[in-house]
Amino acid sequence: MLIELKDVNKVYTGAQPLHVLKGINLGIDSGEFVSIMGASGSGKSTLLNILGILDNYDSGEYWLDGRLIKNLSEKEAAAYRNRKIGFIFQSFNLISFKTALENVELPLFYMGVARKKRQSLAMEYLDRLGLRDWAGHYPNEMSGGQKQRVAIARSLITHPQIILADEPTGALDSKTSEEVMRLLADLNREEKVTIIVVTHESGVANCTNKIVHIKDGLIGAVEDNTGHNSSAFGTSTIMK
Amino acid sequence: MRDILLEIWESVRRNKLRTCLTGFAVSWGILMLVILLGAGNGVMNSTMGNMEEIASNIMEIYPGRTSKPYEGLKEGRWLRLTEKDASFMEGNAFSNVIDRVSPSKSLEGDNYKLTYGKTKVTVYVKGVGSDYSNINKVEIYAGRFLNKNDEDQLRKVVIVPSNIADRMLDGRGDYDSLIGRRVKVGSFSFKIVGIRKSFENQDDRQLFIPLSTLMRLTPGNIYLSSIDISFHGLKTEQQNKDFETKLKRALNERHMAAPDDESAFWIWNRFTMAMQIEKGRSILEIALWIIGIFTLMSGIVGVSNIMLITVKERTHEFGIRKAIGASPWAIIKLIISESVAITAVFGYVGMVLGLLVCEIMDKTLGASSMEIFDASIKIMDNPTVSVGTAVGVTAVLIIAGTLAGLIPARKAAKVRPIESLRAD
Repeated sequence: MLIELKDVNKVYTGAQPLHVLKGINLGIDSGEFVSIMGASGSGKSTLLNILGILDNYDSGEYWLDGRLIKNLSEKEAAAYRNRKIGFIFQSFNLISFKTALENVELPLFYMGVARKKRQSLAMEYLDRLGLRDWAGHYPNEMSGGQKQRVAIARSLITHPQIILADEPTGALDSKTSEEVMRLLADLNREEKVTIIVVTHESGVANCTNKIVHIKDGLIGAVEDNTGHNSSAFGTSTIMK
Repeated sequence: MRDILLEIWESVRRNKLRTCLTGFAVSWGILMLVILLGAGNGVMNSTMGNMEEIASNIMEIYPGRTSKPYEGLKEGRWLRLTEKDASFMEGNAFSNVIDRVSPSKSLEGDNYKLTYGKTKVTVYVKGVGSDYSNINKVEIYAGRFLNKNDEDQLRKVVIVPSNIADRMLDGRGDYDSLIGRRVKVGSFSFKIVGIRKSFENQDDRQLFIPLSTLMRLTPGNIYLSSIDISFHGLKTEQQNKDFETKLKRALNERHMAAPDDESAFWIWNRFTMAMQIEKGRSILEIALWIIGIFTLMSGIVGVSNIMLITVKERTHEFGIRKAIGASPWAIIKLIISESVAITAVFGYVGMVLGLLVCEIMDKTLGASSMEIFDASIKIMDNPTVSVGTAVGVTAVLIIAGTLAGLIPARKAAKVRPIESLRAD
């Protein structure tokens, strides 16, 4: 198992404590293409943040690649995120004052890769995603789909074992959404990258091979979707 | 390194106004501090510029007037020093403190004329011993100072100050050409043996001739105008004061004045005066530094304020950086290096401007002088700050800028990535 969650609990403290994750048990193998689906407030994003070591959990165990991820120092966590995990966000989270190329090479900077090497690698990834001509452009000069492709290039550049995508199509139209999902599917198939997508859209979830339903902080059904026929609104498109 | 510089450049370029305002605060702080220190130095140099000409460890003793009756003698009696007093001080009683004794006599009130060719100058004649130059600083430009033979043989020789020598030369020949020439002083003919550097910042009319010669030329007037002594072994102000009291008592006794009569003789102690001036100088210096440090602090507060805002503005960006693998230290480094770069660059600008203003002050205020009671006094003399001080001050600001950036930087680094990501 690449990822193993055992009875993970998470409570948001505050004026009104909120028990978001109520004992999550989940295992994900290397090379899987999984979606975590649920309504808003179901705890799916929190779960993804914990998987990405962006957030901590209160009790239970989270094993990543054979190591217990608990009470890591921020430095260790940063190193894990840098080397093992790539993020794709709904709002792209590109740095606005950096060009596409600079955004893509940033993870390598924190990895300590030399400047020349960084640039050529970043160019290679942008090229793969069809953005070679856009390398020198700033995010605000690009369309949503282009931005998300830059973000995907950025998440791939350190060769992570896992890619975590939080509503990757949330800000995109249906055509671009399809493109992005196809891209992720291709990556999973060709490079054997483990991809976990959080979404509330059944069409997006239908693109993945396994759908984990989460409801009120608990895992409901885990659905095998290798046939890609679970969408209530048709199997061939992503409804918007 | 290059990456960090690029990062800083990007951030600065993106926030021109913010950067300029911070930079202005820093530059202004340094500029004011450098000007302040420069002006302070200028004032100190002008008031104490002559101190160098006065060798320390010297007392000048002048006769005064008794202030109380004693042994049947009335108060208000004028006292006078003679060469006997000089040899008394040279004697055993004070030999553990006094090194040299140099009596001198000025022809009071009597203005003499020095005549040389067409040149006619009003002068003051001062009779001194050959030891005079060992106690007082006399810089000889040509020839020599008075010597023992001049004294013993009552030679009619004279030392002329350079400003009068300039008038005698009237642009022809150098000082050496005057040596051996004869000049008329009053009704007597004197031979020039030396040209000395005239005193700065005043109209120097003083001719030096041997004391013995002067005594011979003014028969019946055996009185001295002052006695200079050089001394050793008096380190503190208290020691000096004690010695002065002791010396006054002994002199008072010789002149039939009450032992505790303070006004019978006046002692002008250059050593303690220098000490007091030094004290005043250090107080002034401390005051300048305190004001300066407060000025600097306002700059530092400005920097830290801006850094605080910067960090808040960039929280989301830091969140992205953390998500893709930036360690807390990397975030701290990013913020600190920006803070240091801004303070360093603008601090340097302020420093250079400050030094420039000091130069301008030197050229304008430094050259002008005020007339106060006939004496011309420079407002400022060399109002500059050493480059070392300026660099030091700038370094302090840079370090302070680092610390100012450190607090918000640590705060930013501590925030969990998910929280930074949620911020806009």
